[in-house]
Amino acid sequence: MTLGIKGGMRTGFLWIEDWLDRAFGPAWNPLYHLGALGFFYYWIVAASGIYVYILFDTGTTEAYDSIEYMTVEQWYLGGVMRSLHRYASDGMVLMMVVHMLREFALDRYRGNRWFTWFTGVPVFWLVIASGITGYWLVWDKLAQYLALATTEWFDWLPIFGQPIARNFLAPSLLDDRFFTLLTFMHIAVPLILLLVLWIHLQRVSRSRIHPARGLALGTFAMLLALSLFKPAVSQGPADLARIPAEVGLDWFYLAGYPLMDIWSKGALWAFTATLTLIVAVLPWLPPLRRVPAAVVDLKNCNGCTRCTEDCPFNAVSMQPRTDGLPFEWEAAVNASHCVACGICAGACPTSTPFRRASDLVPGIDLPDRSLRQLRDQLEQAAAALSGKARVVVFGCDHGVAPRDLALPGVAALSLPCIGALPPSFIDYVLSRDLADGVFITGCRKGECYQRFGQRWTEDRLARRRDPYLRARVPRERIGTFWAAPTNRRRLVQAVESFAAGLGAPPPAPGGPERPVGAPEASTEEAAAHG
Amino acid sequence: MARALRYLGQAAVYLLIAILLGIFSDSPAYLAFPRDQALIKLSLVHSAQRKVPCRKLSAEELAELAPNMRKPMSCSRERLPLWLEVRLDDRLLFSKSLPPAGLSKDGPARVYHRIPVAPGRHSLSLKMRDSARTEGYDYQLDMEVELEALQNLVVDFRPESGGFILR
Repeated sequence: MTLGIKGGMRTGFLWIEDWLDRAFGPAWNPLYHLGALGFFYYWIVAASGIYVYILFDTGTTEAYDSIEYMTVEQWYLGGVMRSLHRYASDGMVLMMVVHMLREFALDRYRGNRWFTWFTGVPVFWLVIASGITGYWLVWDKLAQYLALATTEWFDWLPIFGQPIARNFLAPSLLDDRFFTLLTFMHIAVPLILLLVLWIHLQRVSRSRIHPARGLALGTFAMLLALSLFKPAVSQGPADLARIPAEVGLDWFYLAGYPLMDIWSKGALWAFTATLTLIVAVLPWLPPLRRVPAAVVDLKNCNGCTRCTEDCPFNAVSMQPRTDGLPFEWEAAVNASHCVACGICAGACPTSTPFRRASDLVPGIDLPDRSLRQLRDQLEQAAAALSGKARVVVFGCDHGVAPRDLALPGVAALSLPCIGALPPSFIDYVLSRDLADGVFITGCRKGECYQRFGQRWTEDRLARRRDPYLRARVPRERIGTFWAAPTNRRRLVQAVESFAAGLGAPPPAPGGPERPVGAPEASTEEAAAHG
Repeated sequence: MARALRYLGQAAVYLLIAILLGIFSDSPAYLAFPRDQALIKLSLVHSAQRKVPCRKLSAEELAELAPNMRKPMSCSRERLPLWLEVRLDDRLLFSKSLPPAGLSKDGPARVYHRIPVAPGRHSLSLKMRDSARTEGYDYQLDMEVELEALQNLVVDFRPESGGFILR
């Protein structure tokens, strides 16, 4: 059941991403920047909130009046800032929820990724709490409704000596200092949120907290246009002597409030607690099959730090040498952070299949899927190839399944991540004439399951990142195409096109030259629009 | 042409997000309370009398106590439950025994209860018993009230102000 739901969601997300790729390109695709967009909205909320705070007056009547002043009298700045404050807050919730759903659908929350998911749960509630305290501050009819409903809900808990809802019995009982307290809460909760967000990102290296500039500009322009077109307004001053009958709810923040009228307070607490608990323990429902973490072989590790640099999950660190070899550092793997993507093995300069004098044991490797096993599989698969254009395809477990590439003259091998492929393997295939061409594929462009596999691979092929693909390797015999599992047809076309190109005569001297290591533009472009 | 189409696609996505944010930030409106009703809100916190009345200690009993513990009165902590009854036009709206709060039952009894009623003129009767008596009431208030639709009539209690207070 869960697998069916998740599978359906995954297909849905991949399909939408496909379309967004066409409009935005991988670099600006909003679905690839959900967390970063959430952060971007947070900063818009913070900046606009500072301005609103300057004009805000704490007091039972002054609060509403000061907000009315900025909305009506100073609509061109104060009103816009207020609207930006609201819409960016709503956008933050939208991004956060879609972010959670997408990570769930793409199965990027289990195993050693549990920490990021788990710490995301308090982030959700802190965002909601920030929004609710913000709505209280306006002290309009909506604020009155929220104040009463929230305090009545909290009064169900047997922890308050007096019902806190009694603070809102009558206008005469409401103190100006209450708004000072609320303002403090509305600033303190988002600051705590920032701290929890920092914790949330502790297990991801090079976390992307800024969206691409074009996307940031576009989304800000959208919020600004919305603020001008439909300014945020209040819903009439609060009057505790009267009951607010109809309120315009902000459904991004307040969707749970109608449940208070449908269910009992206790039932709503039970529902909220159960839902929170279920979401929090999702990484263990069921747990991901444990894959042994990467292991370091000190005899082959010279402490070069490449594995640490490339690890997407802060699982590899450098520590002082312990074995007496004349190097300053050695790699150390934190097994509780390692997701066994193998990117560290792909980065290790000792991961070369050319080694024959000694066994192929890199400085760091995956015990279950070692590079020696990969070399054996490669040699075995290549030996079965025949024809004029023999192609070895290196793919990953999260892109199109290798079995779906059962084409004549093509041998497909799958790695846990394409970043686990040392560039020397490409050299090995071509220099040993195991195949006529090497085709590299993996997750969709801009969206690697293991975060950096695709990016590091492109950089290594283009000789921008160590370990480099050797200059002697003929680039025209390397093809790349990044494809989601739903892009099987396009990938097959790209591989066929690449194979057909291998048999073609070499380009005439003086013809257009492709940058070293750059992907086969013609192959990729042709396939992308195929 | 392709670039123009891409920008058009981006604009469409931004427009869709803007529509989502614009609409659901304050609508559809939620009817939180029926427009043709008024509300009587019982909200009071009051400590009933002690379950065992305080007793004056004798000189001998005081002498047995440490000097710093010699208080002339001995009082039990536990309080009696509070009995509260609300009638509107002779119709019983609320009738309940409210237990004292706290693990030792020494805290005040409390109630917070919302009663939607029809607007109009009503005779309201409030009765409270905070002692061990079984007959009659310690506090009682009978009065005529004129309620408008959506009016919030709060029934509070302040013994220092003579008992029930309507806000």
